[in-house]
Amino acid sequence: MVNRTVTGAHYGLRDWLAQRVTAAVMAIYVLVVVGYLLMQPSFGYDTWLELFTSNVMRTFTMLFLLSLFYHAWIGVRDIVMDYVKPAGIRLLIHVLVILALLVYVIWSVQILWGM
Amino acid sequence: MKFKIYRYNPDTDNAPYMQDFDLDLQAGDAMLLDALMLLKQQDDSLGFRKSCREGVCGSDAMNINGRNGLACITALSSLKQPIEIRPLPGLPIIRDLIVDMTQFFKQYHSIKPYLVNNDPPPETERLQSPQDREELDGLYECILCGCCTTACPSFWWNPDKFVGPAGLLQAYRFIADTRDQDTAARLDNLEDPYRLFRCHTIMNCVDVCPKELNPTEAIGKIKDMMVKRTV
Repeated sequence: MVNRTVTGAHYGLRDWLAQRVTAAVMAIYVLVVVGYLLMQPSFGYDTWLELFTSNVMRTFTMLFLLSLFYHAWIGVRDIVMDYVKPAGIRLLIHVLVILALLVYVIWSVQILWGM
Repeated sequence: MKFKIYRYNPDTDNAPYMQDFDLDLQAGDAMLLDALMLLKQQDDSLGFRKSCREGVCGSDAMNINGRNGLACITALSSLKQPIEIRPLPGLPIIRDLIVDMTQFFKQYHSIKPYLVNNDPPPETERLQSPQDREELDGLYECILCGCCTTACPSFWWNPDKFVGPAGLLQAYRFIADTRDQDTAARLDNLEDPYRLFRCHTIMNCVDVCPKELNPTEAIGKIKDMMVKRTV
């Protein structure tokens, strides 16, 4: 293969947009959760348990975590693209990051619905 | 006036060094380029580019006290001494303050900086409404001095893949032009994780532009157009 600089992978916009949307989801989640907790008269294990037994909260949290993982994927991929120059190693790291994030997704489901 | 100037002649020097200069000159209305010309009389080996000496040609872009700018329109009275002058960052040095702009112009050419219109040329000229013409204000004034692109860390890191603010401003200049027929291909050309989206909106380009243009805004408008055609 000739050693030429190649660009033109057509996913620039999709990932850029996804990073913005996932950031908005995370910001809303943080505001809602912090707001809810501040409104509680007392704060302890009971409050926490009650909050996370509701399926709405579990779903919302799952949405937050999925946003976080997708957001993190784009950010980490950008860093790897900048610092790891050999394409083979870069692909390997990308695959490892994706697998790790998929494990986190499964783990998150177990935590949220496993009780 | 005291100066510290970056010197490097690859033929004779092992490494770049900073040379001190002293100049007997009242700042007054003089510009930095005037001082450089006088310094060249002191030491004619000092190398820098200049041409129009009034901020139109864009030849004498350099790093002045840590900020990119044009020597010919930077007033000496506005500079803190010793005035530290270095070449534009992030480009290979040819000699002293002269940098190799090849990579910069390669990126500029990659966005096809010319009107693409396959209709037969009309007898007089291709007309635009005044409103359509207004959209080109703040875009066509770019003199390609390279101050913005060489102030951009994304360009320092990926000069071969990221177009850089000057190139992207010109990309939008032709995307925005109603006489151009190549909009879709121009957007395709930039829809890539490197070419446009390495811009992380830190706005160094806006900060240094000697013509007070706003590449970040142009980049935002390109992104808007991409979103618009996708959703």
